[in-house]
Amino acid sequence: MMTIDASGMHYKELNRLIREGIANGVKKFFIENVNGQYYIGDGIKGDDVVININGTPGNDLGAFMDGPTLTVNNNAQDNVGNTMNAGKIIINGDAGDVVGYGMRGGRIFIRGNAGYRVGIHMKGYNEQLPVIMIGGKVGSFFAEYMAGGVIVLLGLEDDDSDELDIDYFASGMHGGTIFIRKKIDFSKFSNEAELYEIDDKDADFLKEYLTDFANSFNISIEEIYKKPFYKIVPSSARPYAHLYTSA
Amino acid sequence: MTKSSFSNIQSEYLAVIDHNKCVRCKRCIQNCGWGTYSFGGDKILADHSKCVACGRCYTYCPEGAISIIKNPTVIRENANWQEPLVKNIWRQSETGGIVISGMGTTFKYKKYFDHILLDACQVTNPSIDPLREPMELRTFLGKKPSKLDLDFDEKGEPVLKTKMPPQIELQTPFVFGAMSYGSISLNAQKAMALAARALGIVMNTGEGGLHDDLVPFGKNIIVQVASGRFGVHRDYLNSGVAVEIKIGQGAKPGIGGHLPGEKIGIDISRTRMIPVGTDAISPAPHHDIYSIEDLRQLIYAIKEATEYEKPVSVKVAAVHNIAAIVSGIVRAGADIVYIDGYSGGTGAAPIVIRDHVGIPIELALAQVDERLREEGIRNEASIIAAGSIRSSADAVKAIALGADAVAIGTAALIVMGCHVCGKCNTGNCSWGITTQRPELVRRLDPEVYGERLYNLISAWSHEIQEVLGAMGVNSIESLRGSRERLRGIELTDAELKALGIKHAGL
Amino acid sequence: MLKIKNKFNTERDISGCGLCGIINAKKVKTNGSDIKKAISVEHDRGNGLGGGFAVYGNYPDYADLYAFHIMYDNLSAKSDVEDYLRNNFIVEKEEHIPTFKTSKIFDHPYLHRYFIKPKSDRQDKLFHELEDDDFVVNSVMLINQNYDGAYVFSSGKNMGAFKGVGYPEDIADFYRLEEIEGYMWTAHNRFPTNTPGWWGGAHPFTLLDWSIVHNGEISSYGINKRYLEMYKYNMALRTDTEVITYILDLLIRKHKIPVRLALTVLASPFYQKIDKMENDKKKLYTALRQVYGSALLNGPFAIVFGYSGGMVAMNDRIKLRPLVAASNGDFTYVASEEAAIRAVCQSPDMIWSPKAGEPVMVEFNDIKEKTSLKGGLLSL
Repeated sequence: MMTIDASGMHYKELNRLIREGIANGVKKFFIENVNGQYYIGDGIKGDDVVININGTPGNDLGAFMDGPTLTVNNNAQDNVGNTMNAGKIIINGDAGDVVGYGMRGGRIFIRGNAGYRVGIHMKGYNEQLPVIMIGGKVGSFFAEYMAGGVIVLLGLEDDDSDELDIDYFASGMHGGTIFIRKKIDFSKFSNEAELYEIDDKDADFLKEYLTDFANSFNISIEEIYKKPFYKIVPSSARPYAHLYTSA
Repeated sequence: MTKSSFSNIQSEYLAVIDHNKCVRCKRCIQNCGWGTYSFGGDKILADHSKCVACGRCYTYCPEGAISIIKNPTVIRENANWQEPLVKNIWRQSETGGIVISGMGTTFKYKKYFDHILLDACQVTNPSIDPLREPMELRTFLGKKPSKLDLDFDEKGEPVLKTKMPPQIELQTPFVFGAMSYGSISLNAQKAMALAARALGIVMNTGEGGLHDDLVPFGKNIIVQVASGRFGVHRDYLNSGVAVEIKIGQGAKPGIGGHLPGEKIGIDISRTRMIPVGTDAISPAPHHDIYSIEDLRQLIYAIKEATEYEKPVSVKVAAVHNIAAIVSGIVRAGADIVYIDGYSGGTGAAPIVIRDHVGIPIELALAQVDERLREEGIRNEASIIAAGSIRSSADAVKAIALGADAVAIGTAALIVMGCHVCGKCNTGNCSWGITTQRPELVRRLDPEVYGERLYNLISAWSHEIQEVLGAMGVNSIESLRGSRERLRGIELTDAELKALGIKHAGL
Repeated sequence: MLKIKNKFNTERDISGCGLCGIINAKKVKTNGSDIKKAISVEHDRGNGLGGGFAVYGNYPDYADLYAFHIMYDNLSAKSDVEDYLRNNFIVEKEEHIPTFKTSKIFDHPYLHRYFIKPKSDRQDKLFHELEDDDFVVNSVMLINQNYDGAYVFSSGKNMGAFKGVGYPEDIADFYRLEEIEGYMWTAHNRFPTNTPGWWGGAHPFTLLDWSIVHNGEISSYGINKRYLEMYKYNMALRTDTEVITYILDLLIRKHKIPVRLALTVLASPFYQKIDKMENDKKKLYTALRQVYGSALLNGPFAIVFGYSGGMVAMNDRIKLRPLVAASNGDFTYVASEEAAIRAVCQSPDMIWSPKAGEPVMVEFNDIKEKTSLKGGLLSL
C-alpha cells in the first residue's frame, strides 16, 4: 500500500511516483488532496492495481490505461478513460466532457451526470467490451461514431417523460449497443440506428453490469429496475457506404 | 425516382490489344485488378470502361501486345467546362455521391519547387568533392534545447549536464510518410520497413495500428495516433521510436476518413482492433482536441504513457494560417511537426477537398520556419516537410527553406509500381499496393521493393551530397534553413516574400 | 560620400584575405611595428580595399571603461549618437582618434573615441534588466542599425580596433601604430570580392572584447545568420566575420561554453570521429552538433580571434585555408603565411601548421579564473 499526498504536486511527479510504485509491486494506492493533476493512471498496467483518488483529478484520467482500477470519490473532469484498453474507473460524482473517447475495453461507472460527447467512437474488439454506465444524465453527441461496446444511460433522477434532454446522439453509430430507460422516438435522432425492446440476452447482460454498478455506489438495484430498458443498435456496420462515388 | 443504369461517362482509356502479337497467355487477365480483360474463346477481350491506365497489363505482357491509349473520342473542348468537371457532373447526377479519389490533387497549381534555383560555389569559396571527402547527412529529429549546460569532471574536462530530449536519428534526411495498413497493403508497409531499417531512417504506421509482423522493426517506425484511435494502446505507443498525433493530411485538411468495411479483413481487424467488416471511421477532429490546449493535453498524455522517452510528432495539413498554427503546436510541446502540403497523397479523399483546400508545402514551410525563428523557438521542434517531394531536388529545396527532413509517400508507392492512377480508394490496385485482395497483395514482394526503395533513397542521398558539395558545405545542417542558397525564377514579389528568397540575379 | 556602412545591394559581403596575430603570454607590450611588418609581407593577399588591426592593452588608464571607436561620415550623425551616449552612459573621456595624413589614405571618415560606462539609471532599466555587457552590445547594434552615418567599430575594454580602406601597412601609418603599445595584436589584409571596400567592413570585426580577423568565405553563412537572428543578433555588416564574432559571443559569453569546446562547434568533428569517442564524450559532441548545428562554420576559413583572456587561431575542419603558427619564448605568432612570421621572428623556437579544425590557443599567464578554458591548452 502506498499513500501519496498530492497537494501542490505536479502531475509529472505524481504519475512518476505511481509508475514507480507499480514497478516496485505496490498494488493499492491512496492519493490524497488531488486537485487538477492530469493523467492519473495514464498508460499504467496491472489488473490488480487499485488507486483511490480523493479530490478532483484532472483531465485524461486513466488515458491509455490497461488494467488497473481507479476510484474517484468526487467529481472528475474531461476525457475520463481516453483510449482506455482495460481496467475500471469508478466516479462517485459527475464526469466532464468526452468520457471514454475511443475506449476499447474496461468499464467506466459514473454515479452522477456526464458531459457532452460521452463514448464517442468507442469500439469493441474480440473479447474486449468497453462499457460506460451513467447514473444521471449526459450531454448531446453521445455515442457518435460508436463502433462497439455498451453505453448504459440510467437517468436515475430523470423525470417520467419519453424524451431525452439532448438534441443529437448516436449519429454515425455503426457498432455496439446503447441501453436507455425511456421509449424515445429514436427516428428523430438518426437513421443509422434503431430502438428496440431488450431481449433475454440483453437482460442477462444488463443484470451483471447493473449489479456491479449498484454495488459500486450503494444504490438499490430495485430503483434501477423501476423502469424498463430499451436498446439502440446500428442498422448497419457501414453507415456511409453509399455516400461516395469514385472519380 | 426510377434509376437508370445508362451512363454518359465514356471510357477514359482504351486497352488496345494487337491480336497479331498476342499469344493468348492471359497474363493480362490475371494481372489486371480491374477486370478489364476476359477471354472470348479465341482472343482477349477488353472492357475499356474498366481500364484506369495503371500500367500493370502492358508491363507484364510478354509480347508487348498491349497499348493503353487515351480515348480519342473527345468531349468537346471548352476551356471553362473542362472534361473532368463535365464528367463529375454526370457522375454525381447518376449516383448522388460525393466524388472521391486517391492520390494527390491533379490540378495544375504552380509547383514552387520548380521555380526555385540552387546556388553553387565558384572561386570565392570552393566546392567540395563528395566522392572523396566526408559529406554528412545525419539528421536528428526532436526538440533541442536552446543551449547546453556543462559540468566539468575532476580533470576539468567538460561533460554534458543538459539531459537531451529524445531524438530520432536518421542517416539521411528522409522518412516514409504515414500510410496505414488498410489504405495500403501489409506487403507495401513491409517493403518500407525493410528499406527504413537498411537505410537507417523511419517509416510511419499511419493510423491503422501496428501489425505483428512489423513489431521487430520498432526502431525504424513512428506509430501514429489519429482520431479513430485504431490499434492505439499503451504497448503500441511504446513500440516505435516516436509517436505521431495526426491532426490533418495535405490531401484532405480538416476532414477524417473512412476505411470501408469490405477492406476490414481478419488481419486488418486485428491490427486496428475493430471487428471484421465494420467501417473504420476516423472522425474529422480528435474529440479530445477542440483547442490548442487540448493538443497539449494529448501530447503530454502520450508523453506520460511513454515515460517521456519518445518524441511526439504532430502532423498537420498546410492551411492558410499554418505559421501561427505550428507555433502553437510547438508551444504545446510537440517535438516534431510534420507539415503536409496540399499536393500530398491520400488513399481516398473527396475531390472538393483534395483539389481546393490547403496551400503548397513550399510556402507553408517557409512561413513556418520564419515564424518559429522570429519567436526564437525554432529549436523546440524539428520540421518534416511533405506533400509530393518528387526528387532529391525538391528535398534539397525543402531543407534549404527550413525543413529538418522530408517525407516520401507517393514516390515510395511509385517505386512499388504505382502509376498514379488515383484509384487507391477502390481497393483494386493491380500492383498490390492499395488493395487488400490477397491475390493482388501477394504479387508485391516486400524484399524486392524494399531493395528498390533502398536504392531510390540512396540515390537521392547521393544527389543531395552532390548538391551540398557544389554548395561547398559538407554537412546537411549547413544547408538547413540556408535560404541564401536559393533564388526564385518567374515568381512575383509576393511569392518571393512568402518564400523568403530573392529572385535569381539578385 | 564615404562608405562606412554596407549600402550595396548584397545579402552579404564576401572577401579573400591575409591575416596575422602576435601575442605575449606575459603581457609584455610591443608597439605596432612588428604586426605591420608581418602583415605587409602578405600584401598580395589583399587588394587595397581593406586593412586593419586590433590591439589589446593599449588603454591601461581607462581599463575599466568601454572604449567605443566610432566612425562618422557627417557631423550631425555625431551629435545624434552623442545624445544617445550621454543619455545612457557616463562618458569619462572623448577625443578624436589620432590619425596622420599619408599619401595613400586620402578619404576617411571622422574618427572619434569615447571611454564610457553604462549609467546605472539608464532609461533602458525601466524595461530590462540587462547586464552592462549586454547593454553595450545592444547599444552597438542600435547605433549601427539606426543611426545613419555612424558606425561603432570597437567597443571593448583596454583594446581597440584601427581599420579602414587601404592596404594594412598604409592603415598602420594612418593611425601611427608604432606609437601604440599592446601585448596582443591581430591584423588583416582584405580582398573583397563582391563590393568595393568600405570602412566599416574592414577587419578586424569587434564586439566587446572580441576581435576577429578571418580569411575565407563561409559557405554556411545563410543559416549561420538566420540562427543568430533567432538570438536577436543583428547582422548589420553582412560579413562572415561579423557572423563568427556573434557566434563566439553567443557560445562563450552567453551560453558559457568553454572557448575550446565552442571552437569545436565552429569546426565540429565529423560523426565518423564522434561515433568512435568513448561514451560521455560522444554524448557531449553529439549534443553539441544537435544543438549547435546551425552554428557550424562550413566552408573555407582561417580565423584569429582575440579576447581578454588570450588569442585563438583556427582553420576549418577540412583545411581549406592556410594557417601557420610559431612560438618564441612568451611570444606566439600566427599568420596565413610562414614568411609573415619569419619577417618579425627570424628563428622561432618552434613553427608548425595546425591541423584542420584544431585550434591554437594561447591564454595570458595572469588569467587566474580559467573557467572558460577548462579544456586546457593545446601543447605548443
